[in-house]
Amino acid sequence: MSNYSEIAKQGLWYNNPGLVQLLGLCPLLAVTATITNALGLGIATLVVLVGSNILVSLVRNYVPKEIRIPVFVMIIAALVTCVQLLVNAYAYGLYLSLGIFLPLIVTNCVIIGRAEAFASRNNVLRSTFDGLMMGLGFTIVLVILGAGREILGQGTLFAGADLLLGDWASALTVHVWQVDTPFLIAMLPPGAFIGMGLLIALKNIIDSSIKARQPKPQVESIARARITKVG
Amino acid sequence: MAFKIASSPHINTRSLTSGVMFRVVLCLIPGIGAQTYFFGFGTLVQLALAISVALTAEALVMVLRKRPVMSTLSDNSALVTASLLAIAIPPLAPWWMIVIGVLFAIVIVKHLYGGLGHNVFNPAMAAYVLLLVSFPVQMTSWVAPQSLAINPADLNSSLQVIFSHSATMTSEYFQLGYDAVAMATPLDTIKTDLSMGLTATESLHKAIFSGSVGVGWFWVNICYLLGGLCLLKMKVIRWQISTAIIVSILICSGFGFLISPDTHVSPLVHIFSGGTMLAAFFIATDPVSAATSPRGRLIFGAMIGVLIYVIRTFGGYPDAVAFAVLLANMCAPFIDHYIRPRTYGHRSGNAL
Repeated sequence: MSNYSEIAKQGLWYNNPGLVQLLGLCPLLAVTATITNALGLGIATLVVLVGSNILVSLVRNYVPKEIRIPVFVMIIAALVTCVQLLVNAYAYGLYLSLGIFLPLIVTNCVIIGRAEAFASRNNVLRSTFDGLMMGLGFTIVLVILGAGREILGQGTLFAGADLLLGDWASALTVHVWQVDTPFLIAMLPPGAFIGMGLLIALKNIIDSSIKARQPKPQVESIARARITKVG
Repeated sequence: MAFKIASSPHINTRSLTSGVMFRVVLCLIPGIGAQTYFFGFGTLVQLALAISVALTAEALVMVLRKRPVMSTLSDNSALVTASLLAIAIPPLAPWWMIVIGVLFAIVIVKHLYGGLGHNVFNPAMAAYVLLLVSFPVQMTSWVAPQSLAINPADLNSSLQVIFSHSATMTSEYFQLGYDAVAMATPLDTIKTDLSMGLTATESLHKAIFSGSVGVGWFWVNICYLLGGLCLLKMKVIRWQISTAIIVSILICSGFGFLISPDTHVSPLVHIFSGGTMLAAFFIATDPVSAATSPRGRLIFGAMIGVLIYVIRTFGGYPDAVAFAVLLANMCAPFIDHYIRPRTYGHRSGNAL
């Protein structure tokens, strides 16, 4: 079981696709202007990631090593098409606001990366769990970044949540403050880069403080014997 | 009897960072004076606000970084950054803009990169671009020159406008009964007029130009030029960057003016309007983010000059000093890499 907790730790923190591997930066930076968009794309990526990990893990013993990458890409592309059609059918508003980034999930390096690095070497159960944890880690980063940018840029949280979750969710929208002049840079790509940098810095601070609190292994100090010749 | 023993080349200079930075601020004073005379007390209020925020932010970051506070505060570099930003933004911009700008300049642009001497970009200009991109309306409505305003703003009303809660200064001004206070800068006016089909000559007949390059702007630029010459005299800056900027703007705009005087304004307008002189002597010459070798400085300055002209003439923004300086900052390490001075005893071919 400790094996699974290790997978969870890797996906959510130590090897987080957004903060540590820095994979999938294009959607990470492009669609995180609001929480709703971030959450929508995060869930879509999560679904594709879990699905592709399962499928790749299932076929891993039948695919010749030489052509594994094209096969993985075909699997991922099929899954992305499914997800795209589903979002188009059930959350059309979100489909419009995510735009090209929904089909572009197929090029997200997190997915092919996990297929290659994990799912093609592990059994189905472990691969599923890994996909879930990596996807969650990615989604959490997206949502935090989206929340920060939305608060700074629009002064709201969950604006347009009804696009994702249905009409009842429009009650979720929180007006944190009233902005007369939106802080435009937070909504623009440079704001995403700066926000991302600050999040990575925060993670590094937390990591180093964890490290500092751990007891240091005692290093045997080597005493230097000094020999002074007298006389 | 003690002999002073020093290694060659036996030149003692007492120029510390704090002294250099302080002289930069001193040489800004004539320009600040002219700006206050023509555009009201807003500039002084912004300066006071910017300097206090900058020193506080710098002290705070130093405490967080566990570095000595006083020695860093007394190197006056935060003072220069704050002053440059305060005179670059519109004098009656709301108070939170300068606060955001200075915090960004000091904390993110300067100290996140490692503090003075390690910043890739000019902090004041990076903050200016942040403000321009974030708040385009406030950043492009400059105050009318005092002589054109019907009721010139005095200190009290400047304070009132800067610290008001209203979103835009124009609406506040209408409440206060001031009129014709917010207006575009001369460069902005030319840009708008040209896009509306007027010729440059027609545009220059408007009241804001009063026959020359713009009320107030000419003298403000002359004062910055004087301050800059003082800096040169005191050997705080070298001549290469400033000269290269001014010459390249002259060449580019002269060329455009010769080809099509109706759609291009004269070189004089380009030189003495907007932030040209401030950029040439005070901003681009920042020793940290500029190129370092003499030839490299010439290239660096020429690049800024050409970029200023190109963005002013063909770009979306009326003035381009900040963008030009930042773009050139990015190239500075590259320039330095390829333009290395010849080492003594080596042939220039071996230098690379």
